[in-house]
Formats: sequence, structure tokens, C-alpha cells
Amino acid sequence: MTAYIVRRSGLALITLLAVLTLVFVLVRIVPGDPAQVILGDQASREAILAMRVRLGLDRPLLVQYFEFLGGALRGDWGVSMVSGRPVIEEVMAVLPWTLELTLLSLLIGTGVGVPLGVVAAVHRNRLPDYGARIASLLGLSFPPFVSAILLLLLFAIVFPLFPVISATQGSLSAWLQAITLPAINLGLITAAYITRVTRSAMLEVFSEDYVRTARAKGVPWRAVVWRHALRNALIPVITIVGLYLSILIGNSVLTEIVFNRPGLGKLIVGALNQRDYTMLQGMMVIYTFMVVLVNLSTDLAYAAVDPRVKLQ
Amino acid sequence: MSLAAPRRAAWHYLLAATLKAFNANKTSWVGLGVFLAVAIAAVLAPFIAPYDPLEQDVLYKLRSPTLQHLLGTDSFGRDILSRLLYGARISLLIGFISTLVAMAAGSAIGMAAGWYGGRFDGFIVQLIDVLLAFPSLILGLIIVAMLGPSLTNIIAAIALTSLPAFARIARAPTIAVKQREFVEACRALGYSDARILGRHILPNIFPEILVMASLWLANAIRTEASLAFIGLGIKLPAATWGGMIREGFENILDSAWLALAPGFAILIVVFALNLLGDGLRDAIDPKLRGEG
Repeated sequence: MTAYIVRRSGLALITLLAVLTLVFVLVRIVPGDPAQVILGDQASREAILAMRVRLGLDRPLLVQYFEFLGGALRGDWGVSMVSGRPVIEEVMAVLPWTLELTLLSLLIGTGVGVPLGVVAAVHRNRLPDYGARIASLLGLSFPPFVSAILLLLLFAIVFPLFPVISATQGSLSAWLQAITLPAINLGLITAAYITRVTRSAMLEVFSEDYVRTARAKGVPWRAVVWRHALRNALIPVITIVGLYLSILIGNSVLTEIVFNRPGLGKLIVGALNQRDYTMLQGMMVIYTFMVVLVNLSTDLAYAAVDPRVKLQ
Repeated sequence: MSLAAPRRAAWHYLLAATLKAFNANKTSWVGLGVFLAVAIAAVLAPFIAPYDPLEQDVLYKLRSPTLQHLLGTDSFGRDILSRLLYGARISLLIGFISTLVAMAAGSAIGMAAGWYGGRFDGFIVQLIDVLLAFPSLILGLIIVAMLGPSLTNIIAAIALTSLPAFARIARAPTIAVKQREFVEACRALGYSDARILGRHILPNIFPEILVMASLWLANAIRTEASLAFIGLGIKLPAATWGGMIREGFENILDSAWLALAPGFAILIVVFALNLLGDGLRDAIDPKLRGEG
């Protein structure tokens, strides 16, 4: 297992460096001079030159590259052009908001998606299956901001059960009230995805010999489904849920905007509107770290539940 | 026998296989029908739209649906139905072109990687993994923010985010097909790599790419709307679905239909495309039935 962890971590590091390089290139292929873009068309030549020095753009590209890489790995992601505060500080201030929303949605998604997927697979090509399939396809088709607007309209405006702006903190009940609608929005879309994956994984497991053996031995069908089949079906589900996390992070941006909730999403949109380039670059770095970390933990979790993976 | 005969046979087979796939799962026909209806409405927008989508009527601001304005009017008194029809043109155009670009470039890269193998393949696989790992909406958002929200840049950004998926879907079957005897025969006949890939391997893997395309077209339309909703869409006052939702969202307290009408339009198109792609995938590969 140790050898596998070392090998997989090495691969994660390579991926991290590759994406960081991509971010570096992406920021530099922008047409026009970033200093000019930041200062606007009216800026004097001196001001632009000073800004270029401040941004480090006057140095050779290779030096800039290694400084960027070194800084990114040390956690030094630059200083926001707008607020003047370090990017990492701004990110850390809102990260808990995004994390709690993402984790709660994942919890709702799994809690709804796995049982629904199992029920659909057990009743294959019958009414519950068709219902689950249509519902999950509909869930996957909803643009997250449209479903968010619909929830907001129904449960915060027509029936004012929840706050319109879900940025409140404080007591547990206030926190719950604020996070419920955003978490349900992301959670149901996640559930749609997990239902489909669980259903197909279960169908595959049902055709395995050990399921037939268990039934032949007289194990009750319910126990075969929930104890034997589901345990094995969950292995591919874990991997795919891990991959889905990057989509979930993207969807959380839109959800945060609709529910006016602090988080990485609002931070990135704010940076976009104010043309805060260092902030954008820093945000890409944090997203890269998150995605690589999630992928690494998914792979390690996968290896922990399925010993065959380590042997490959 | 003419040299063109095998090529015609391959594509003829493809057509027959597509029809069979459609008939195996009737929901595909429903998805195709709904999508075609929207596409035709978009093409015919100048003839069927009741009003000019940019024409303002300050006396008719924020009106609920009436017989004159079937879906009501927005905060400038513009007819929502007309704006929806014109908006469909932009949404579908961006979706179609970006998916076509991603499909052509991604499939070519994936097929080349699968065909040549070795280090080149290893490099491409790594690159695909990296690009797939990055949240596509964030990547698209940053590209458009940096390059500016023009039609070309939005198409380029969406194409780039969906390209790795096509490369991956084209690579695996290429590896499988290249071991088959007919490819061996083509090599023995001295055909060039490009000829074998284009005329003999492509028809074999095309169904899978096409299914992928219908699912990614849905995704492209959704991504374009998301970008426009964030404020990175085609410049106003042109009507785009995402931009209309953004405008409607600002007036959500008094005129909810402003945001809901374009929202449901996107939902219907994306659902139809998912229904189409899902049904076809079921028919082409029963192993994948119902997988996300």
C-alpha cells in the first residue's frame, strides 16, 4: 500500500505542476499588456512601466515561471490587485462557506442517489425504474442556476420559508435556514448523477456469479441487494463521485451567485468584474490544488476498498 | 470493383446502424423531435417571431403574459417570446460550432494518440486527464474573462473544455479497432495512415463520437447560458438565453416569468438532447445502459 501511495502522490505532483504550467501560460497568452488592462487606456507610460515591474512582468519569462511555481507551492499566490490583501487570505476567508455547501450537497446527493439507484436497478424496466431514470435525466438537464432560481422563487419568495440572501451566520437554526436551499439545489443535481451511476453499477453486479450463489444458498433477496451487491457496486460509485466533485465545484459558483452566498464563486465573479488578474490566477491555483487533492484521495479510497487496484 | 465501394459500404452500414439505434429506444425519437422543433423555430425566427426582439415599448414594461405578448414583456417593454426565438439562434449556434470544433479536433487527437501509441499517447493521456480534472465551467469562465466575451472567444472556450472528452472517447476504440484484421489488410495494401484512420477506422468509431456529441451539445448550450448568466455572454442588447435569465433575475421579485421563460427553454433543449444521446448510447452499447 505504501508503494502505491508514493507512486500515486508522485503522479498527483506531476499533474499539479502540469496544471500550474497551464495556468501560467493561460494568463500570459492574453492579448495585450496586463498592466495596461489593469490601469485602463488613460494610464501614462510611466504608470504602466511601474505596474509591469510590480507584477514582475519585466523579468525573463523563465524566471517568472519558476517564481510562480515556487510561490504557488509555498502558498504565496500573490496579492489582490483590488484589495491589496494576499490572495490566500481572501480565499481562506470564504473557503469554509464553499466547503460546507459542497460537502452537505454531496451528503444529500449520496443519501438520495444511492437508495434511488438501488431501487431503480432492482425494479429494472418497471415503473420505479422509469421514474428514477426520467427524474435523474431531468436533474442532469437543469442548469444549476435555473433550478436555484426556481427554489428561491418557490421557497423564499412565494412561500417565505427560507431567507432570500443565505449569508447569515450565528445560531444553528439560522445556519440551517441559510444553507438549506443552496444545499438542496446542488444536492438534488448531485443525486441525479449518483442515481444513474449506482443503477448501472448495481445492474452489473447483479449479473455476477456470487450474487447467484448467495441467492442459491437461500440468502433473502433484500440482504443480497443491500449487503452483497451494494458493497461491491459502491466501488465504481466512489471513483465517479470523486470525478464529479470538479463539476460540483463549478456548479457551486452559480448556486452561490443566485443565493447571494459568500464563497469561492462570488470571489471569482468579483475578481472577473474588477479585472483582478492576480486574484484570478490565485483562484485557478486553488482550484487546481482542490481538484488534484480530491483526485488523489479518490484514488487512495478506491485502493483501500479494492485491493486489486494496487497490483496494477 | 471500384475503389469507392468499401467507403460507401462503411457509411451505408453506419446509416443503417443509426436507424436501428433510434428504433431500439423510442425516447431517442422524442428527443430528436423536440430538439429539431426548437432548431427549426430558431432558424425561422425572423419569420415567426411576433415582434422585433430589440424593439422597446416603454408603455408595455414588465407585462404578464397576454394575447398580444404570449410570454409577457421585459423591463424595456421588449417581447419575451421574440427574444426567446432569436436567443435560440445564438445559443444553438454557439453550441453547434463549439461542439463541432471539439468533436473534430478532439477525435483527431484521440485517434492519433490511439493509433501511434507510445510516448505520444502517454503525453496526450496525461494532458486529457489534467484538462478533465479542471472544473470546466471555471476554465471556460477564466478564458472568456481574459480574452473578452466575443462570439469567437466563447466558442473557443467551450470547445476547449469539451475537447478532452472527445479525445478520450475516440482513443479507446481506435486502439481496439487497430488490432482488427481489416486494418492489417489496409496496411499490407500500403495505405497511408491518414487514409486508414479517415476511411476505415473513423466509420467504425463514429457512432460513439456522435452519441458523445449529442450529450456535449447539451452541455455546451448549458455552459454558454451559465457564462452569460455570470455576465460573460455576448454583449447586450442581443438576446441570449443566459443573458435573459440574468436580466430576469434582477427583476425576480416582481416578474418571475422573465427568468423562468428562458430557463425552461434551456431545460427543454438540454433534456431533449440528453434523451436523444442517452437512448442512442443504450442502443449502441448495452453495457453502458443508464450510466452517467
